[in-house]
Amino acid sequence: MTATKPFSATGNQMIAEAMRQADPDVMAAYPITPQTTIVENYAKFVANGAVTTEFVTVESEHSAMSACVGASAAGARVATATASQGLALMWEELFIAAGMRLPIVMANANRALSAPINIHGDHSDVMGARDTGWILLFAETAQEAYDNTVISFPIAEDPDVQLPVMTTLDGFITSHAMERCVMEDDETVRSFVGDYAPANGLLTSPTPLGAGMFANGDSYMKSRYMLRHAIQDSLPVIERVGKAWADTCGRPFDVVDAWECDDAELIVVVLGSAAGNVRHIARELRAAGKKVGVVRPRVYRPFPVKQIAEACKGAKAIAIMDRADSLGGQYGPLAVDVLGALASAGQSAPFHNYIYGLGGNDLTNDLVHKVFDDLEKLADGSLGTGGTSYLGMQEAEGAQNIWLG
Amino acid sequence: MSELIEIRWHARAGQGAVTAAKLVADTALLQGAYIQAMPEYGPERTGAPLKAYTRVSDAPIEVHNTIVNPHIVVVLDDTLLDSVDVTEGIKDDGTVILNTEMTATEAQARLGVPAGVKVAVVDASGIAIDTIGRDIPNTPIVGALAKVTGVVPVDLVKERLTETFGKKFSQEMIDANLRSVDRAYEEVQTA
Amino acid sequence: MKMPELDRFEDWAPEEFPKGYLCNAGTSVEYITGGWRSMRPVWDADKCTNCMMCWVVCPDSSIKVADEAMTGIDYDHCKGCGVCVHECRFGALEFIREDEAEVA
Repeated sequence: MTATKPFSATGNQMIAEAMRQADPDVMAAYPITPQTTIVENYAKFVANGAVTTEFVTVESEHSAMSACVGASAAGARVATATASQGLALMWEELFIAAGMRLPIVMANANRALSAPINIHGDHSDVMGARDTGWILLFAETAQEAYDNTVISFPIAEDPDVQLPVMTTLDGFITSHAMERCVMEDDETVRSFVGDYAPANGLLTSPTPLGAGMFANGDSYMKSRYMLRHAIQDSLPVIERVGKAWADTCGRPFDVVDAWECDDAELIVVVLGSAAGNVRHIARELRAAGKKVGVVRPRVYRPFPVKQIAEACKGAKAIAIMDRADSLGGQYGPLAVDVLGALASAGQSAPFHNYIYGLGGNDLTNDLVHKVFDDLEKLADGSLGTGGTSYLGMQEAEGAQNIWLG
Repeated sequence: MSELIEIRWHARAGQGAVTAAKLVADTALLQGAYIQAMPEYGPERTGAPLKAYTRVSDAPIEVHNTIVNPHIVVVLDDTLLDSVDVTEGIKDDGTVILNTEMTATEAQARLGVPAGVKVAVVDASGIAIDTIGRDIPNTPIVGALAKVTGVVPVDLVKERLTETFGKKFSQEMIDANLRSVDRAYEEVQTA
Repeated sequence: MKMPELDRFEDWAPEEFPKGYLCNAGTSVEYITGGWRSMRPVWDADKCTNCMMCWVVCPDSSIKVADEAMTGIDYDHCKGCGVCVHECRFGALEFIREDEAEVA
C-alpha cells in the first residue's frame, strides 16, 4: 500500500478520483451545481482513456437515473452524481433502484431546494431521499468524501447488501473548498473494490430473466419487508468494509464518530461538514474543562440506532442540529431519528433541536457557542426541553406551544 | 506557525483572488501544513466585490465556515474601501495588505484600524502591468504577503507558482509572474 | 435462476422472493388464464387462408402456428377477448359462449 503525498483538492475532485479508481462500466449523468465538477472531471477521465466507463449523456436527471437502473439491472457496475433539483427529479427512480436491489453508487453534493432558488449547501435534497432504501453516507471533509466513495462500491455490491449507495458531501462547503488530501494508489483501490460479479444481471445471466415485475399487496409487502431487512442488515457490512478500508489507508472509520463522548455531559449531534465546526469549538471548551462531546453519524441510512444511543448515554443535555427542516413536523429529520434511537434504548435527556445553515447560511463559531450555551441551560433546567428553533434567528425556548397546546 | 492562521481576501471578480488564496494554501502544503482555500460562491460576475479564504495550520483543520476574525486581510483593489468594510472583525494584532498607490501611513489613516494592526502597502497593479503586462495583482501580492507575514516563504511561493502555471502558461509568462512576486516582496512597505 | 414453485407463489415466505423481485423469463406460460374466458373463438380450418391477421392481433399469443400455418387455438391462455374473431376477414373464426362450447 502506498498513498500519494498530501496534495490539495476539492471534495468533488476527490470523489471523481475515487470513481475513476473503481472504474464503473457505465456512468449516466447530467450536470448540476454543485455536483458538476464531479462528472466534468470524470468525463475528462473518459476522454483521456483513464477509465473503461461508457459515459451516457442524457437530457435530465430523470433519464440519468433511468439509464443507471437499466445498466445496473443489465449487470454493470454503475456510478453517477447529482444534487438538489436533480436529485428531486430522480425521486421515482430512487425507489426503483432500491426496490430492484441495484448497487448503483451516486455522489450527491447536498444542496438546498427551491424556492427561493439557492445553489448552496444544506441537506434538504438528501433528506428527500431518506426513505427510498438507499444507503446514505455523509462526509465531513474532502478526504472523507474520497474514502466514503471508495467503500461505497464494495458495500453496494456485497451479495448480502445489493443496495444503492449515496455518498454525499456538503455543497460548496466540502464540494468546492480546497483541502489537504491523500489518495491510495490505483492498484490498492482496485483490489480493495474488486471486480463486480452481479448475481443476476439481465445480460450476464445464462438464462433470460424478468425484472420490474408487478406485485399485488401480499407479494409487494413481503418484498418490501425483505428490503427493510436488507438495509437494516447492511449496517454490519458497512462497518466491516469501512474498517477494512481504515486498515488499508490508516484513516479511521466508524459508522458514528463519537468525539469525547465517554464522559460527555453536553452532546451535540450533527451531520456532515458542520460537525467540524462544532468540534472546533468543542475542543476549546474541553480545554476549559467543559465535558462536551460531538456525535456525528457518518452513516445516516441505515440509521445506527444502537451506536447513537450508546454515544449519548451519559448526556445531561443533547442538541440535535438539522441542516434541513421537516416542514409541518415538530422536529427536523435527524432529531426525529435521534429521539427514536434514545427512546428505544430507554434513555432520555433534555434536548433542543436546531435548524441551521439552510441555503449555505454560515454556521459561525458564535452560533456554535450559542448551542453550547443553550446546552448548559438545558442541563441546569433554565431552558425547557423539547423545543425547536432556527439557529441565529430565534432564541431557543422550551417546547413550542403551537405543538403542545 | 503553531496555530490556525486565517486569511481573508477581498477583490473584484476577475482579479485572481481565488487563485491567490489557493496559491498560498498550496505553498503552505509544501511545508507540510494543513490547508483550506475557498471562494465565497455567489452570482458574481467580473468586477463584483468578492471574498475568498485561506486557512493554514499545523493541525488538521476541522472548521468549515467563512472567516470572520481574520489574522490577515488582503485587499486586491483599493476602490473596494469605499463599499466594503474590509477590516471587519480583524484580530487586534492582525495584518492588512493593500494593493494601492497610497503610502502605508496614508493607508493606515484611510483604514482607521487600531494601532496593533499592521498595515502594509504595495502597488501590485503597477508591478503586474510592468512585469506581466496586465493588471492582475494576485501573484505579486502573494510576494508581499510572504514578506510581511512570513506565513509562507517566498522561494516556496515561486516554486509552487512555477509548478501550477507550468501546466497552463509559457515560460515567458511564468518568468514574468516570478519577477512580479520578487518585486512585490522587495517593494512592499509597512507603516 | 432458482425460484420456488410458481403455483404456490401466494404462500412464498418473504425470504423466498428473489432479490429485487426478479423472476425467470416466460413464467406466464405456467400461469393458466384460459379459465377467465366467458366466450371462446372457434377455428374453421376450411375457411382459414393463413393470412395470420389473428396471430398478429392476439394479445395472449394464443394462435398456434406451425410451419407457417395455423394449427389451432391455445385455450390454456386464450382469455376470450374476441379480437381475432373481429379481425378475421374470412369467417374462419366464430365466437361462441363458453357454456355452449362445453355442451358441444
